[in-house]
Amino acid sequence: MSCSPLWVNTPDRSGKRTATGPACHIRRISGCDPACLPGEGRSSFTFSASCNSVEKKIYVHLNYTVPCVRLLNATHQIGCQSSLSGDVGVLHVLESEENLDWVLSSGPNPPYMVILESSLFTRSVMMKLKNGSSRVAGIVVVAPNTNPVEGFSPHTSCPNENTGVYSESYDPTLAHCNVTVWNPLGNGLSYEEYDFPIFSLKDDNDTQVIRQCYLNHNQAVNGSSPRYPLCAMQLYSHMSAVTDTATCMRRNDINFSISPEMVCDPLGDFNVWASTRPLNNTEKGHKMWEKVVIAAARLDSRSFFFDVAPGAESGASGFITLLAAAHALRNVTQEAQPNRTIFYTFFQGVSSFHTIVLNTAHCVHAKYNSVLPLLLMFFCFADDYIVCILCIKHFNDLFQVRKLIENLQSAAAGLGFTVGEAGFSQPLPPSSFQRFLRARQIPGVVIENHQLNFTNRYYESMYDNAEYLNVSYPPNLTPEEQLKFVTDTAKALTEVATMVARALYVQAGGAENQQDNINADRQIVSQMLYGFLVRSNNSWFQQLIPSDLTSHLSKLILNYTSSEPTLLVQYLLANLTGSAINITQENCQNQREDENDKESKHMFTYMWVQGAAPPNNTKREGFCVRSTVRLSRAVSPAFELRDYTSKDYSTWTESRWKSIKGRIFLVASHELEMLTLGVGVGVLLASLLLTYIISSKADILFSSGREPT
Amino acid sequence: MTAAVFFGCTFIAFGPAIALFLFTIAREPLRVIFLIAGAFFWLVSLLLSSLVWFISVQISNKDSAAQQKGLLIFGVVLSVLLQETFRFAYYKLLKKANEGLLALSQEETMPISIRQLALRYMSGLGFGFMSGAFSVVNILADSVGPGTVGIHGDSQHYFLSSAFMTMAIILLHMFWGVVFFDACEKQRWWAVAAVVISHLLVSCLTFQNPDYVASLIPTYVILFLMGVWAFYSAGGSLRNLKLCLTCKDKDFLLANHRSR
Repeated sequence: MSCSPLWVNTPDRSGKRTATGPACHIRRISGCDPACLPGEGRSSFTFSASCNSVEKKIYVHLNYTVPCVRLLNATHQIGCQSSLSGDVGVLHVLESEENLDWVLSSGPNPPYMVILESSLFTRSVMMKLKNGSSRVAGIVVVAPNTNPVEGFSPHTSCPNENTGVYSESYDPTLAHCNVTVWNPLGNGLSYEEYDFPIFSLKDDNDTQVIRQCYLNHNQAVNGSSPRYPLCAMQLYSHMSAVTDTATCMRRNDINFSISPEMVCDPLGDFNVWASTRPLNNTEKGHKMWEKVVIAAARLDSRSFFFDVAPGAESGASGFITLLAAAHALRNVTQEAQPNRTIFYTFFQGVSSFHTIVLNTAHCVHAKYNSVLPLLLMFFCFADDYIVCILCIKHFNDLFQVRKLIENLQSAAAGLGFTVGEAGFSQPLPPSSFQRFLRARQIPGVVIENHQLNFTNRYYESMYDNAEYLNVSYPPNLTPEEQLKFVTDTAKALTEVATMVARALYVQAGGAENQQDNINADRQIVSQMLYGFLVRSNNSWFQQLIPSDLTSHLSKLILNYTSSEPTLLVQYLLANLTGSAINITQENCQNQREDENDKESKHMFTYMWVQGAAPPNNTKREGFCVRSTVRLSRAVSPAFELRDYTSKDYSTWTESRWKSIKGRIFLVASHELEMLTLGVGVGVLLASLLLTYIISSKADILFSSGREPT
Repeated sequence: MTAAVFFGCTFIAFGPAIALFLFTIAREPLRVIFLIAGAFFWLVSLLLSSLVWFISVQISNKDSAAQQKGLLIFGVVLSVLLQETFRFAYYKLLKKANEGLLALSQEETMPISIRQLALRYMSGLGFGFMSGAFSVVNILADSVGPGTVGIHGDSQHYFLSSAFMTMAIILLHMFWGVVFFDACEKQRWWAVAAVVISHLLVSCLTFQNPDYVASLIPTYVILFLMGVWAFYSAGGSLRNLKLCLTCKDKDFLLANHRSR
């Protein structure tokens, strides 16, 4: 439970995604564009513009490329790989699934680089392409501007199948989704291995250039093969790690050179947690048999492509609701402290991709000895007005669970929705709660917005975004106005947050008559939705973070790296559950209230945030926030125990890479290239011969005035 | 395009120059020095002309296309004149150093005319090597990649035509060197002017690109004409050529020896 420094992506790992600029060659001795060599005037091809470098004549670089990357676990590798010098393929825009025949067998110019529209990005097409991979150089998926209507989920249909609580040894009838298939739209594409690169491009002008190039050069006319030169594309996404986690971790440890190169990184980040009552960080502060109530949400999300994982319904709606509930409880827990402490926890690694083991196991691992037993309440995500609660079977504390459910139902009474209860035959949906249950039997509840299977049609895909949650704003609003506007989704989530807060309070032993004072603030919920799903670089978030982190916010919207929500959630939780205190910046940053204070840092966390600028001034007035928010490392215990083939703990790692880029150009026919080489060799040989003859006869040829007359 | 195109274009552009270097220059260290000195003089002329070019481009209005085109023409003309000026400077330098060089050289067995010819054409070839290198090396570097020119609508034959042009330029520089030095020696200033004008002509022909036919064919015609002129000013004649070709040279040599 220590406050270790944030672990952000190392620069090597996150690879560049923008195009590299054209190389500056010898030609540009007097400076790059527009100067060119005046000696021969050869480069003045276009008089309208100034001289171009040769590379610009040949290649068009792709600006926005999102690759699929390679991930490894104890036994497999999944994801994509390109060759070290990039994969070159002739472009082909796939029109239908039957058109695959051209790519896989009848096309005369393999290998092909297949351009897929999102409607063709299905399991059957991808499996056929994967099997014909000798003729496939790569795949480019054009992501549409609006979400596909039929839904798309690259995750498996049974998430967290082998890592949950149901297994062969415990309730096998409910294991492996025998009763409920949670993600029926799941096609499992994320878990396949491809040996060609797969990129995603936006449907914008650059992609239109690609399509136009295809139409101009590559279209087969009346069944005859298209003539050279053909339009081709090259994609670079070489991944350094291979085989499985044990291999790549072993290669990480090789230290032969001065700067040893890492080939992969274990997946991990930080969990964020806070408590209503400050807890002493050191060992002495824990009391045995102390009961706590935990409310948890998940922070992370994943998609098929790297780094485009908004996780709106699967993650963001959940943690936003919990943040709002924490805020709703702030005042009442300070005035009328309930008996038991409430923990607000935000877990990383819940997506079944690195399985829920990631950190909850670690949490149980560490907490097992200190605080027990735990009374748990979980929720995953919430949307809509119907919320279901799922029941837990076979637990001794069934009475406790009953009480939990009753609390929730009474809390929901008077709000705009109903809480339903799933039957006993229904298994628990995949959630971090299952991981706790694997370790010990704890009463708890999972709150979802569906009864049977996920209603999320875009589970763990890049389409799970603001548009899917209906977070929409009237047109012609400035960003500030959008920030302040309360959407319907925000209103719905606020209701749920109120219910959760009230139930938490009662469960923790608070007085029931205080319930009506506990209300979540819909303005805050709306601002959080805007900040996490639309634009994180807004004025409210700017106030809550310290000044050296403002550059983190100014990334692209919807560019959701793993450390960004952690940071934001940490500071938001501090702001919403903590209080501003009046101490100097120096004291604040040294975690003390005054010079002699040595104890406060064990109980509280102090953060200096930059605050808002007063209306008549441009300089921001910072202040110190004191809260009980802490971070804990979310790395699989397999990496701490160095057991890389572990079956109990997650062993997922992500490969490192050097460069991620793509470019399009024309390719000439092989015959023309050989002809050029032939002509060159011929010229060389002819000139060698001629020169030999002339130099051997030079004295005769050039001897003037010595002929015998 | 690929390695095949890279090597093909390299051989086309530098083939004759490499052959000449191998068979006539590589064995004599003094000749290598002359070659490199010639290359250096060309480099200095390029430096000066690019300095002027750089300054004028910075001063100019970058948006006006007509001005940029005019600037380009001015740059080409200036560069040609500077190159010829430096060729003259090299001639002067060699003349001054002639006696000393003769003492150093091991070419006493060679007839004087050959020695002189060697001197002249080496300076020309030095100019040619350097000029060719600057013209074509960055194009060759880009030809190694998988793509060929054309995605923006340019002609596909860019690499090939650049290579042929470079070959012509290198050979032309060699011929110009011979003619120029000979003309300076014999004080025939009209010949010097002709060399300068033909250089200007060839450089301006490149403005015809991308119409490669219109630029390459006249260039090769000029190359042929200059070659003939250089042959004659080097001491060759039609008779010598006929003798050579019909293999009557042995008798000729013997006759020569007897007559001495």
